[in-house]
Amino acid sequence: MEKTVTLLNEEGLHARPAGVLVKKASEFKSAIEIRANGAAKNAKSIMGLMSLGLEKGAQITIVATGEDEAQAVDAIAKLVADKFSA
Amino acid sequence: MTLWGKSASPGVVVGRVLVLAATELKIARTGTHSPDNEVERLQGALAKAKSELSRVRDRAASELGEDKAAIFDAHALVLEDPELIDAAVEKIRSAKVTAEFAFQEVAEQFVAIFAAMKNEYMRERAADIRDVSMRVLRALTGAEQVDLAALTEDVVLVAHDLTPSDTATMNKKHVLGILTDIGGKTSHTAILARTLEIPAVLGLKDATSILKSGDTVAFDGETGEVQPRPDAATLARFEKARADFERTRKEILSFKGLASVTQDGRALRLEGNIGTPEDLGILHKNDAEGVGLYRTEFLFMDRAAMPTEDEQFEAYRQVLASVGAERPTIIRTLDVGGDKEIPYLNIGKEANPFLGLRALRYCLQAPLVFKTQLRALLRASVHGQLGIMFPMVSNVEEVLAAKKMLEEVRAELQAQAVPVAPKVEIGIMIEIPSAAVISDALAKHVDFMSIGTNDLIQYTCAVDRMNERIHDLYDPYHPAVLRLIDLVIRNGHAAGCRVGMCGEMAGSPELIPLLVGMGLKEFSMAPASILRARKIVRSLRAADCQELARGALTLGSGREIEQFLKDRAPIA
Repeated sequence: MEKTVTLLNEEGLHARPAGVLVKKASEFKSAIEIRANGAAKNAKSIMGLMSLGLEKGAQITIVATGEDEAQAVDAIAKLVADKFSA
Repeated sequence: MTLWGKSASPGVVVGRVLVLAATELKIARTGTHSPDNEVERLQGALAKAKSELSRVRDRAASELGEDKAAIFDAHALVLEDPELIDAAVEKIRSAKVTAEFAFQEVAEQFVAIFAAMKNEYMRERAADIRDVSMRVLRALTGAEQVDLAALTEDVVLVAHDLTPSDTATMNKKHVLGILTDIGGKTSHTAILARTLEIPAVLGLKDATSILKSGDTVAFDGETGEVQPRPDAATLARFEKARADFERTRKEILSFKGLASVTQDGRALRLEGNIGTPEDLGILHKNDAEGVGLYRTEFLFMDRAAMPTEDEQFEAYRQVLASVGAERPTIIRTLDVGGDKEIPYLNIGKEANPFLGLRALRYCLQAPLVFKTQLRALLRASVHGQLGIMFPMVSNVEEVLAAKKMLEEVRAELQAQAVPVAPKVEIGIMIEIPSAAVISDALAKHVDFMSIGTNDLIQYTCAVDRMNERIHDLYDPYHPAVLRLIDLVIRNGHAAGCRVGMCGEMAGSPELIPLLVGMGLKEFSMAPASILRARKIVRSLRAADCQELARGALTLGSGREIEQFLKDRAPIA
């Protein structure tokens, strides 16, 4: 299952929001990827996510595969929509 | 042999050296363990590093605050990164190498990816990844890392530089002093050392190669003199200097609670300059009569993204409440650019950062950033006696534009029924010569002006105070600077506008009589200088100081003025 969203928070995918995303993604059994700018990174890897170098306004596609894929995609999409307010 | 460095934090120290050396790691490519065992070793090391980090994080949170501790959370996540761990495990199994070899290679690959990124913030993360991987490698190779938190004996720390990890974790009770190879009076380490009242000499260039752990060292944080392995005569000299320093310190403490008033009854206000709420302890300990300058940049530095309005509000509220309703707290709006790099603001490289888009100019062009700060300030205003101060003002138009934004923010808050103090004073820093020259015009638009002597001297004399080659040209006694100060004070008073000073000159014993003579009434300085300033003030007669100032201002050269003051107003 997948969903495309836009990063709304000021700092983009810097250490803190990336950390929040990794923690959320790690709650799910599914394999989760974040795709952006032609690259795909494991959503449970903080360095992978940060190396995407995503800024505010970037479009990302959340892709999850597994028994809880729907919840995973929704949960992460919600994080993005909430601007990663931890 | 004598070493000379940059005086960073006063105090005389004689103590035992502890050198924080860059750790030498022995990374063996192959070993005697089976791949399964190597994987186990790796996991053990990861766990050890994780618990270390957790301790570092907790210490950082209690010593330096939550936001400074957050970086260690990110470090911990790196240790759980499946890309990193899976790649290392894969390498162990396929190449049949040791855990340390595999991990180092994989970590370096990630470091290289980040180091090559266009974004400056990302490039800085390379250093974080290296820092974290060092922890794991140390755990794997059994290399010793001096645990600064576990210091049990008094030591003088000697290092190339102190990292945030170091300063966050060190057991301050046992740190007698700090000596570093790089850095200067305004570096992070220096500011921290002064805040913690730990004597320090920085920028020694090769302290780490000349001094060895266990050596005795004697140094003077005020003069910058460092004596490795001093002989008996030198030791005696330093012990005496130390005793003098301690005695002066104790004597100075007796001025706590006394009024800052001259012999002939002129009352002055001696305030403190602070950088973070953590400085409040030192502020009160030194009996400051208010905060003449709260530098808000520290809130914005060393972090990944802008502090939120709430984070800012909390810091401002804390300071305002601590200083109280009876004493002023002047908070300066964001003063960045040039030397203070704040990557997420994307100000970018400029040819002349000190003459560029910085401070108020930047804020006026970045209304989202500026208004967030102004909102936080106005919300906090109900907790104390707030004065908002705009830095680097160069003309009247900027002041009007800033005031307009402030009014817009106030109106917003009012519409949202958020309480704001009815009277919030507005002031400006006078640090650019153009502002000093038109201070009569500026005074009409503000409640107070505060002279920022550090930058005023730089701009007036065209000297970069960090440039060692022209260091002598940075002269607080330069008649041009003194005449400008005199002009600002007179213009301010003529317009019924208060004038204060928040640069280093305000706390300079040699210059206080002159400043009193010029009519300066508000002096804001490093908290550690306040009691000494009070002692001086109480020994002066304002009338005599006025004579002194009149005479000094007729002279044409800095050295003449310096000598003139020395001859006529010797400080006991």
